[in-house]
Amino acid sequence: MTVVTATSLPAAPVVSSELTRQRTRSAMLFLLPMIAALAVVAGWPLLRSIYFSLTDVTLNNLAGAKFVGLRNYLTWVTLDSGRTIYSGVLVDPAWWNAVWNTLRFAFVSVVLESILGMAIALALNADFPGRGLVRAAILVPWAIPTIVSAKMWAWMLNDQFGIINDALLRLGIISEKVAWTATANTAMGAVLVVDIWKTIPFMALLILAGLQSIPNDIYEAAEIDGVHPIQTFFRVTLPLVRPALMVAIIFRLLDAMRIFDLIYVLTPNSAQTKTMSVIARENLFDFDKFAYGSAEATLLFLSILIVVIAYIWIGRVNLSGSDR
Amino acid sequence: MTVLTLKDVTKSFGPVHVIKGVNLEIRDGEFMVFVGPSGCGKSTLLRLIAGLEDISAGTLSFDNKVVNDVVPSKRGIAMVFQSYALYPHMTVYENMAFGLKLNGRSPETVKQSVEKAADLLQIRQYLDRLPKQLSGGQRQRVAIGRAIVRDPKVFLFDEPLSNLDAALRVATRLEIAKLHHSMNKVTMIYVTHDQVEAMTLADRICVLRDGLVEQVGTPMELYERPDSIFVAGFIGSPKMNFLNGRFAAPYGAATLGVRPEHIEIKPSGGTWTGSVIHTEILGSDSFVFVDVGAPEPVIVRENGKTASSPGQTIQISPMAEHLHRFDTAGKPIRN
Amino acid sequence: MNGWAVVKRTSFYAFVALIIFESVFPFYYALITSFKKGTEIFQINYFPTSFSLENYVGVLTQGSFAQNLFNSLFVSSAVVLLALFLAVTAAYALSRVKFRGRGLLLMTILSVSMFPQIAVLAGLFELVRFFHLFNTVWALIFSYTIFTLPFTVWVLTTFMRDLPVEIEEAAIVDGATPWVIITKVFLPLMWPALVTTGLLAFIAAWNEFLYALTFTSSNSTRTVPVAIALLSGASEHEIPWGPIMAASVIVTVPLVVLVLIFQRKIISGLTAGGVKG
Repeated sequence: MTVVTATSLPAAPVVSSELTRQRTRSAMLFLLPMIAALAVVAGWPLLRSIYFSLTDVTLNNLAGAKFVGLRNYLTWVTLDSGRTIYSGVLVDPAWWNAVWNTLRFAFVSVVLESILGMAIALALNADFPGRGLVRAAILVPWAIPTIVSAKMWAWMLNDQFGIINDALLRLGIISEKVAWTATANTAMGAVLVVDIWKTIPFMALLILAGLQSIPNDIYEAAEIDGVHPIQTFFRVTLPLVRPALMVAIIFRLLDAMRIFDLIYVLTPNSAQTKTMSVIARENLFDFDKFAYGSAEATLLFLSILIVVIAYIWIGRVNLSGSDR
Repeated sequence: MTVLTLKDVTKSFGPVHVIKGVNLEIRDGEFMVFVGPSGCGKSTLLRLIAGLEDISAGTLSFDNKVVNDVVPSKRGIAMVFQSYALYPHMTVYENMAFGLKLNGRSPETVKQSVEKAADLLQIRQYLDRLPKQLSGGQRQRVAIGRAIVRDPKVFLFDEPLSNLDAALRVATRLEIAKLHHSMNKVTMIYVTHDQVEAMTLADRICVLRDGLVEQVGTPMELYERPDSIFVAGFIGSPKMNFLNGRFAAPYGAATLGVRPEHIEIKPSGGTWTGSVIHTEILGSDSFVFVDVGAPEPVIVRENGKTASSPGQTIQISPMAEHLHRFDTAGKPIRN
Repeated sequence: MNGWAVVKRTSFYAFVALIIFESVFPFYYALITSFKKGTEIFQINYFPTSFSLENYVGVLTQGSFAQNLFNSLFVSSAVVLLALFLAVTAAYALSRVKFRGRGLLLMTILSVSMFPQIAVLAGLFELVRFFHLFNTVWALIFSYTIFTLPFTVWVLTTFMRDLPVEIEEAAIVDGATPWVIITKVFLPLMWPALVTTGLLAFIAAWNEFLYALTFTSSNSTRTVPVAIALLSGASEHEIPWGPIMAASVIVTVPLVVLVLIFQRKIISGLTAGGVKG
């Protein structure tokens, strides 16, 4: 009989077998094309764009870009009279207006989409006849391309022939027709309405998935305990759906900060809705201020980076998939 | 037909040491069962032998050739997984043929090998079906068939019966035993947590605990001469009775062990007296639980239906020739 | 049945009806508008009044809309095939093989999908010009990879992670190399995931506007979103709402049909990336 006594274990350096080596080699080979593709399509252009923001490049002479440091971002000139004039993106009121528009838009849209998405998700979580029909119906706004949505709503919001003005007039809510997309006060509201309309399905579905992962017996236990439905929502449902909600919110927040298509098509040239993406593109291609526009684009990239880092740090999201 | 040698084999997953130094020799053609409680490392040891995990230190040899670095498909092993692991999208035939085709065998050779194995396991009529169309027991046979077709030197079974219901388990156990005989005694290594399977199938049993080998021997050796309290308690069902203190002292031991089937109920003059607290009547035997003043009740086995009933006071005596004495370290006292 | 329960039940169904209404009405309205002839458009009707295909014929025969439809179809399909091909093998490495830096790589890939498109626009523009791809559909296929690839890699990795370990181990014991495992064992099991990811990537590519706007300059190379956005009438101030609505319907109906057919798969694909992530 072999009896083995436990001795102190050697600090074994892991000798990987041929199998492990073979698999690791294959893994590297499989990853290479994808990584190369991303490097060319995303990595390099990003670095280039950031570089452009530090040069005096123009649209027609991309190759002749010369390094000028942070001049596009902030620079100053002191006149003989002693006055200092600042210029650059960081002191450009149009830029800060765009930043403010973006933040305003992002905040309002995410909050409203979360609340409405939650409401719809709760409704869909209940079992009722026709549930499938509703779920199919809410996918329609999501399936429609953004540009098409913008045109459809532009038509409905049309001041002369729009059905919304017509309906609101008949209901007595407004006294005369409103040019929703053209008027300063209402432009952002119009954009928000269309964006929320389009995005609620996405939020609702993500939240619904989170809701459906909550086991039914928890609700039954709460019912037996006599907990009021509203209390149940805040004390039981909300905490348990929080992970799904947080993921949905961060995706939406990032999308909202980057928004371009809707605003460009629905409310072109409106100072009240111009977001960071819109103004950057304007400078890049319409105003022939390529370097300036690159600086604005880079600043947008940095703000998104900050938001993502803050989110990961606060939420401590685990993305490494280390369980396999 | 292969001899396996494990020398000082250890396995760690990062800081966790799962296998802590195993020395073992598995003889040519024997049916070796690895058995032990959950987490003892038996499955890990099997996977090390298969080559699905890397050995952290030590050597594993097949016929004196070190195979630490050899990929599983080249070690001459075949494995039957607990969950059968059949390819869901392939028919039974394709499942069994897969490995052979990968090795470049001609279609005729493949067909021959598959049909031969299918006949052996009586699954010939299922060759065209998909796994989801088969019952659990049939799937298990397909999994075994897939292994046979590889014509391995060593057969590895990872708890193959756990997913089957009780009746099927007994039937399949018999089939595996027959398989071993009919396959010219290929070396088989079988992992289970069920000591009944171990006792009935094994030529030799290796009891593992906490990543180390507790004892290796034939079923009878482990049953009659356990080398530790742990093995004594692990083998045999129901568990061996252990008594300490004033019960063990008269026998010159720290702990006294005696199996339920080795205690007799005496009308008078018994070694111990106690009251019956519970009886279990199974039809073929009965088990009487007696409180003799020890922390745990003593279990006594009787043939057929017992005459004792709860509340009664009875006298019991252990059979002198079947006593196990252990010292304070848990080691057997033999003289 | 007590009164309160009735109120609850009615308001619930009213809410549900409202949801259906607000989701579908804009499309419905675009539809009835598209069927109106000429100046009928300028009358506001809540219900369909005419059924003319004039706008549709106009949109499809005049201008380049038919060509734009083809361009969109070609670009979206090509991008999806490319992304799926690159992503399947990468997903295997990321989900089944342990190596150092795997978590970091996954995070980096995910972070690429968070780049604002405008941030890489300048650099991409230079590359497109450099490769002489400007004003071709290839510029779009090339640049769309930036958002289709990370997404497909992420979702396919999640799906592959869930395939049973033991099947792969059985294949290893059978002597399968990683390539054989991917093609003969995993791929057949994964085609639902491939359909889902492909569909979602297709919709995203179809929908794309910024790069399509920037990298194409002539009507014949444009894709559908840009074409619709730029649809203009005879005079500067005349917006051809009829044709625009017809074009919108043409573009939307196939997408909506696709989405409805595959709704279960789409929902699980969206949530796989979301909930499990």
